[in-house]
Amino acid sequence: MWTIYQKELSSFFSSLIGYVVIAVFLLIMGLTMWVFPDTGILDSSYASMDPLFSLAPLILLFIIPAVTMRSFSEEIQSGTLEILITKPITETQIVLGKFLACVSLSAITLIPTLLYYYSVYQLGSPPGNLDSGAVAGSYIGLVFLASSFTAVGIFGSALSKNQIVSFLFSVLLCFLFYYGFYFLSKLPLFFGKSDDIVAMIGMDYHYNALSKGNVDSRNVIYFLSLIAFFLYLTIHWIKNRIF
Amino acid sequence: MSVQVHELVKIYGNQKALDGISFEVSKGQILGFLGPNGAGKTTTMKILTGYLSPSSGTARICGFDVSEHPVEAKRKIGYLPEHNPLYKDMYVREYLQTFARITDTAQPTKRINELIELTGLGREQNKQIGSLSKGYRQRVGLCQALIHDPEVLILDEPTSGLDPNQIQDIRNLIKGFGKEKTLIFSTHIMQEVKALCDRVIIINKGRIVADDSIETLESMGLDRQIVHVEFAGEVVESIIKALSGVQNVKHHGKGRYTIYANLKSDLRETIFHTAVQNRWTLLEMSREKSSVEDVFSLLTKTTKN
Repeated sequence: MWTIYQKELSSFFSSLIGYVVIAVFLLIMGLTMWVFPDTGILDSSYASMDPLFSLAPLILLFIIPAVTMRSFSEEIQSGTLEILITKPITETQIVLGKFLACVSLSAITLIPTLLYYYSVYQLGSPPGNLDSGAVAGSYIGLVFLASSFTAVGIFGSALSKNQIVSFLFSVLLCFLFYYGFYFLSKLPLFFGKSDDIVAMIGMDYHYNALSKGNVDSRNVIYFLSLIAFFLYLTIHWIKNRIF
Repeated sequence: MSVQVHELVKIYGNQKALDGISFEVSKGQILGFLGPNGAGKTTTMKILTGYLSPSSGTARICGFDVSEHPVEAKRKIGYLPEHNPLYKDMYVREYLQTFARITDTAQPTKRINELIELTGLGREQNKQIGSLSKGYRQRVGLCQALIHDPEVLILDEPTSGLDPNQIQDIRNLIKGFGKEKTLIFSTHIMQEVKALCDRVIIINKGRIVADDSIETLESMGLDRQIVHVEFAGEVVESIIKALSGVQNVKHHGKGRYTIYANLKSDLRETIFHTAVQNRWTLLEMSREKSSVEDVFSLLTKTTKN
């Protein structure tokens, strides 16, 4: 498993993919937080990191499927998956190795934003006038969110040997699981009756709960089961060679 | 037995790709898989390597059932798929190191150096795989298959798409490995089978139609005879056609004929006597040796109906 992990991670950084992903994410985040007056915190009167945490899920929604789209599609397309599968490792090891490599890349992408936290912390009046608990909760939420998107993206990638199809399918699935259930809960069919339950199926609900700085085991279990579910599906897919 | 295959059946949708294939290969044997495209060679190999699972039947590698103990069986196999897929953006050494780690190869650096020397990749070892020529890529593929020193080597059309010199090089390499390992390879080039194999299995439409040594297969075609004759001047074709066993006579003009026959005794004797009887002057006569090609087309065509 760690060999696959290593191979995938080094392929991110031996090609442009890894650097481009990090650069694009940080550029968008930096611009919205520090430069654009409408969203930037310099013009707002509060020392908070809300612009980062409200925009990050939307950016990750596109960036993570772009990272994961090649992980299986490319190997199916070129036939190298056949070599991997006929080596003495299990399909589970292949899927987990690839998943962890993509999660690591997402984590590496998020780490530099800690600088923003330090800056906002210093800018507060007095310095440190910032809800650090909420920030910590948001970061935990963001990591879970990124991991869930990665699991969905890996699954999307195993569905097709065409990377574009995989990408679009993963974005669709991520969108449905992030915003979709929240919007669905507003349908008159559910509204006022079971809208809470429908919204709870979506990631948005749990991400927002974690952002409040209240790390509830229910939210954590939700994300973990979602990840496990999509990884299981992917392993099943690869095991039965449905591609 | 290194490889034991018992009653393999593979069904795709409503099409039977394999229809009850059984064979055994003992250690150190070189087995050639021969058959027209779509006969089931690749499917059989993919089942042997655990990539596909059979609809029914079993395949064992060194005693391990491929479906029940896949990891143990795969440890014993080196596999080079058709079209030789590679990670083109990796470097040759990096690629081999990755597979050495995946297969838990003991002393990986030493093994990689050995293989690079063996396959003559020395000058290319620090290049990116994508920049190598097809012949060298094939060598990298072979190194990948051999990295963990497997007992059974399975190569799917290892020489397809190479130029004649490269084919010769790869064949020599294969012949070298064949001394220590059990080797199964598929091809549709007959000379290759002749040059390399101890034993040939001919597959057609998912069934084994022949499983024998080259010599036996060649002798199977002996009853079919093709004789080229040249007489001084035209002769009466109907007399030749009337000879026992003669199936067809082709006239090429200026007294030259090709005679196709199917009989046990040598047709040339009969032709000689007939010529003497009819006072024809015989200038030249030669018999085509029946080849594996003949047997191949005979076996794969007759089973069509």
